[in-house]
Amino acid sequence: MRRGWFLPIAATLGFAFLYLPIMSLVVFSFNESKLVTVWSGFSTKWYGELFADPQMLGAAWLSLQIAFFSATIALVLGTLCAVALVRFKRFRGRTVLAGAVSAPLVMPDVITGLALLLLFVAMEGLVGWPSGRGVLTITIAHATFCTAYVTVVVQSRLSDLDLSLEEAAMDLGATPVRVFFDITLPIIAPALISGWLLAFTLSLDDLVIASFVSGPGSSTLPMVIFSKVRLGVSPDVNALATIIIGVVALGVIGATLFSMRSGRARRA
Amino acid sequence: MTTLDSRLPPPRRLRPWHGLERRLRDVGISGRTLVIAAPAIWLTIFFLVPLVVVFGISLATKQFGRPPYSPLLTTDEGKVQLTLHLSNYVRLFTDPLYVAAYLSSIRIALVATLITLVIGYPMAYAIARAPDKWRNILLMLVILPFWTSFLLRVYALSGFMRGNGVINQILGVFGIEPLVMMQTDFAVYVGIVYTYLPFMILPLYTNLVKLDTSLLEASADLGSRPWQTFLSVTLPLSLPGIVAGSMLVFIPAIGEFVIPSLLGGPETLMIGRVLWDEFFAATNWPRASAVAMAMLVVVVIPILLLQKAQDAVVERGK
Repeated sequence: MRRGWFLPIAATLGFAFLYLPIMSLVVFSFNESKLVTVWSGFSTKWYGELFADPQMLGAAWLSLQIAFFSATIALVLGTLCAVALVRFKRFRGRTVLAGAVSAPLVMPDVITGLALLLLFVAMEGLVGWPSGRGVLTITIAHATFCTAYVTVVVQSRLSDLDLSLEEAAMDLGATPVRVFFDITLPIIAPALISGWLLAFTLSLDDLVIASFVSGPGSSTLPMVIFSKVRLGVSPDVNALATIIIGVVALGVIGATLFSMRSGRARRA
Repeated sequence: MTTLDSRLPPPRRLRPWHGLERRLRDVGISGRTLVIAAPAIWLTIFFLVPLVVVFGISLATKQFGRPPYSPLLTTDEGKVQLTLHLSNYVRLFTDPLYVAAYLSSIRIALVATLITLVIGYPMAYAIARAPDKWRNILLMLVILPFWTSFLLRVYALSGFMRGNGVINQILGVFGIEPLVMMQTDFAVYVGIVYTYLPFMILPLYTNLVKLDTSLLEASADLGSRPWQTFLSVTLPLSLPGIVAGSMLVFIPAIGEFVIPSLLGGPETLMIGRVLWDEFFAATNWPRASAVAMAMLVVVVIPILLLQKAQDAVVERGK
């Protein structure tokens, strides 16, 4: 096929657009001056400042805990949901379940946040649980929308799965539960890991929903960042962003190399 | 309990699920029911019921106290009275602020989606046509920003477009006057395109990579120019990808809060921001609920379109 000049140029410009702002942020995190956009010399002092800020550190730790628990709940619920949708072709309420699990993917955050807050308040009035709002309510809220993402990831892996292995195990007398744990689970493990990681990242990243359902003393990291950034640029946020981008980049590059290698091994 | 346990064979190896199935069957619950029930119950309580609650509270009025809205049901000497206020909805249609916010949200989301499509389509096509060894790396470059914090990417963009930001410094080198980009609708468009671009590229790529190139060759052999082939073959075949990508950008963009509040100016009206202010600044929960219901009406049709497009992509994949 003829290779034109248009596509490569368009792609290059597109990638430049995606990456230049991030790269300039990383560069300026090592800037000495407080003026984030004027370069005045290399320095790592903003990193030092970041790690000496108890509010940031406390919020980061809180966010990591919430992300861990909500991703784990979402992993269990999302996997069950994916199994139900892929394997059980017909059951009552299948369309409702499919809709309810995919709608949170695109539902505007402000609606999800408001709806959950109103639910928690109404529930507290009716049954006394959950009392007040804080880590628990944020975790529930995050687990709910993360379930949708885990379901999508696991669903696509499950529907590609070769059924003959499971059928063979069943023919040999294994119960469905045993087949799931011994055969299905090891095969879909990569999807489970990426689903969990995706849920973890999304929970760490959420500002809007957490703002609605959090309570006094439970400010997550994005909430602290937002309140800082709203007042203008702050160099320690640049430092934090650089750390997060670095960790994510290492993870994604590692995962890509791993999947490229295993893909090559499978083809060979 | 002891009789039940003694009926079970002793576990040969440590497998937590060993015997679990039989135990459940004894109680009359099949594993299948359990698999469906767990997520179904969770999603009902924490996704469907909340939407009903929002609808209910949108029919209340603001009131001082906890919770800050009037009860829908009141009992008075054995009589149960249901009070529904339509004032919030009346207000939505009569107050020019809300009408303007709706229209401008839809306009901003629509224009931004179109720009994202125009930028994202060639990128997705380039990745789909790239040599094998490049394709994974390019895909990774698309996915990477998707995994980094949304908030921090918006923040990075604000540093880029600021009055003394990188763009204006580069312009200054060429002796061009600094541009005012921040706190304008333009910045909001750029923000939406920037943060949602991966959502456009990925479904388009999945669609375009499956495109049968022999169709393109056939079209070229029959004398079509490249752009004619594109318009009559590639574009129609990639329609499900276009719809899916566009909806993935359009729907969340309508309710966007972070982008207009960090990049937009005070006159950038978006409905997500109005809802936020109604809730946090005015603590008018019923009004915020009515805004949410009205926003839901706007996004329901795109959500249905999205589901149809995704089904089409799945069908074609089989």
